Amino acid sequence: MTARQRIGVRLRVDPVACDAYGYCAELLPERVTLDEWGYPIVDGRPVDAEQVALATRVAAECPRRAVLLEQVLVDR
Amino acid sequence: MSPTTTAGAERLLAAAPGTTPDLAGHLGTHGPLAVPPRDDPEWRAGMWRAVAESGLLGRGGAGFPAGVKWDGIRRAARRPMVVVNAMEGEPASAKDRVLLGHAPHLVLDGAEVAAAVVGASEVVLCVADDNDRAAATLAAAVAERLRAGTTRCRLSVERPPGRYVTGEESALVGWLDSRSPLPTFRTDKSVPLTVARRPVLVHNAETMAQVALIARHGPAWFRRMGTPEAPGSTLVTVSGAVRSPGVLDVELGTPVADVLGRAGAAAGLSAVLVGGYGGAWLDPSLLGTPYAPRALAEVGATFGVGILVALPAGSCGVAETARIARFMAGESAGQCGPCVFGLPAIADDLERLWAGRADAALLGRIEDRARAIEGRGACRHPDGVVRLVRSALAVFAADVRGHARGRPCPGHLAPTVLPFPARAVAGARRAS
Repeated sequence: MTARQRIGVRLRVDPVACDAYGYCAELLPERVTLDEWGYPIVDGRPVDAEQVALATRVAAECPRRAVLLEQVLVDR
Repeated sequence: MSPTTTAGAERLLAAAPGTTPDLAGHLGTHGPLAVPPRDDPEWRAGMWRAVAESGLLGRGGAGFPAGVKWDGIRRAARRPMVVVNAMEGEPASAKDRVLLGHAPHLVLDGAEVAAAVVGASEVVLCVADDNDRAAATLAAAVAERLRAGTTRCRLSVERPPGRYVTGEESALVGWLDSRSPLPTFRTDKSVPLTVARRPVLVHNAETMAQVALIARHGPAWFRRMGTPEAPGSTLVTVSGAVRSPGVLDVELGTPVADVLGRAGAAAGLSAVLVGGYGGAWLDPSLLGTPYAPRALAEVGATFGVGILVALPAGSCGVAETARIARFMAGESAGQCGPCVFGLPAIADDLERLWAGRADAALLGRIEDRARAIEGRGACRHPDGVVRLVRSALAVFAADVRGHARGRPCPGHLAPTVLPFPARAVAGARRAS
């Protein structure tokens, strides 16, 4: 990590665990949309700093624990 | 697929055709192979270097460098295990069963070398439960080795269920670990798969046979054939509109047209299926492409596993693709939504297109769904179907337009060319 970088997070979905509850898309529509069958399509770009708390909630509230937060290096 | 063999590079299939050589015959053909009787760190390091310098790429579909794979496993904290993947779930592939019928000891040599290098004491050979012949050949070869007393590790033959996805390495390892033959979702694919918490080195049967040749003749010899980035020769199953369908051992980088020519391909093909049912259709204008992973990727195809199916002139590429899509939808492990719902939806539309009953939105819908499901499965099963379907829409573009306008091509009622296993055909009959 350089001075110009910070640790950010991005969302990932475990497609085996996911059962299309859809809470993730309701809570964070900026990063998650649903396909025609209700399964999440995740924008893999890092979550904006002000939405990290919300992303954490998305992961915690998924009934199938199918949303994972991955740490990534982000340019400031 | 008739397991015949024809002349080619003659490295792996050097033994006399039609017979399975015993251990003495094998050593007579390929020469002796010295694996030290006890652990020898110097030999292990040297042999790892030889495999790394050979540039051998895995022959099971992913084409990953064997040396890199071994390096990860030999550094593991726990004693690893070696798994030979001879599941051969691709319906148009016969290379592994031909290899096992022709040179079982070459596969076992390679597996024993790999085990010695990574420090494994156990080798498990996986043959599908619907392939009794290959399993019997392998079991006999294993028994022969145990009698000869030259084998340092434990060798056993396992029979996982013969389904398309069971050959996917995480599904295969899942079956060995807990009898669950399903692909697993992995966040980091550089972390080795495990059986009973032991890291597992998984290689296709042909990869092991190539290791056996490298162990005998060295990396420079191996590199005498092939291209700098894809050295050596490779097994390829050639079928369809060819005079002599079967398995060839060909130099990597040989133009696809020449490989087909060796099998006696007909003139004026409408396309060639490359890499398997999760592979791609190759346009006849691109048959000069070298048969090697990068060259094929550059023209939108894929090396996949060694498969070439020549589609004869006048046949319907839409029909062939619809049948593959339906088969692949049925072979989904059924775990991931985009695969479970997306593949049948694409197959439904392709069947409508085949019959000339497309609505105006059909082609756009197939493309949208292809984009939507790509990369969203735990394994690459849906991605393979997406690649194949996209290549069909491009290569058979003129026929696709006719079908979409309600005027199917003249060949659409002719019998299709591609093979499907009996279980899938029986399942389709029950469903209709």
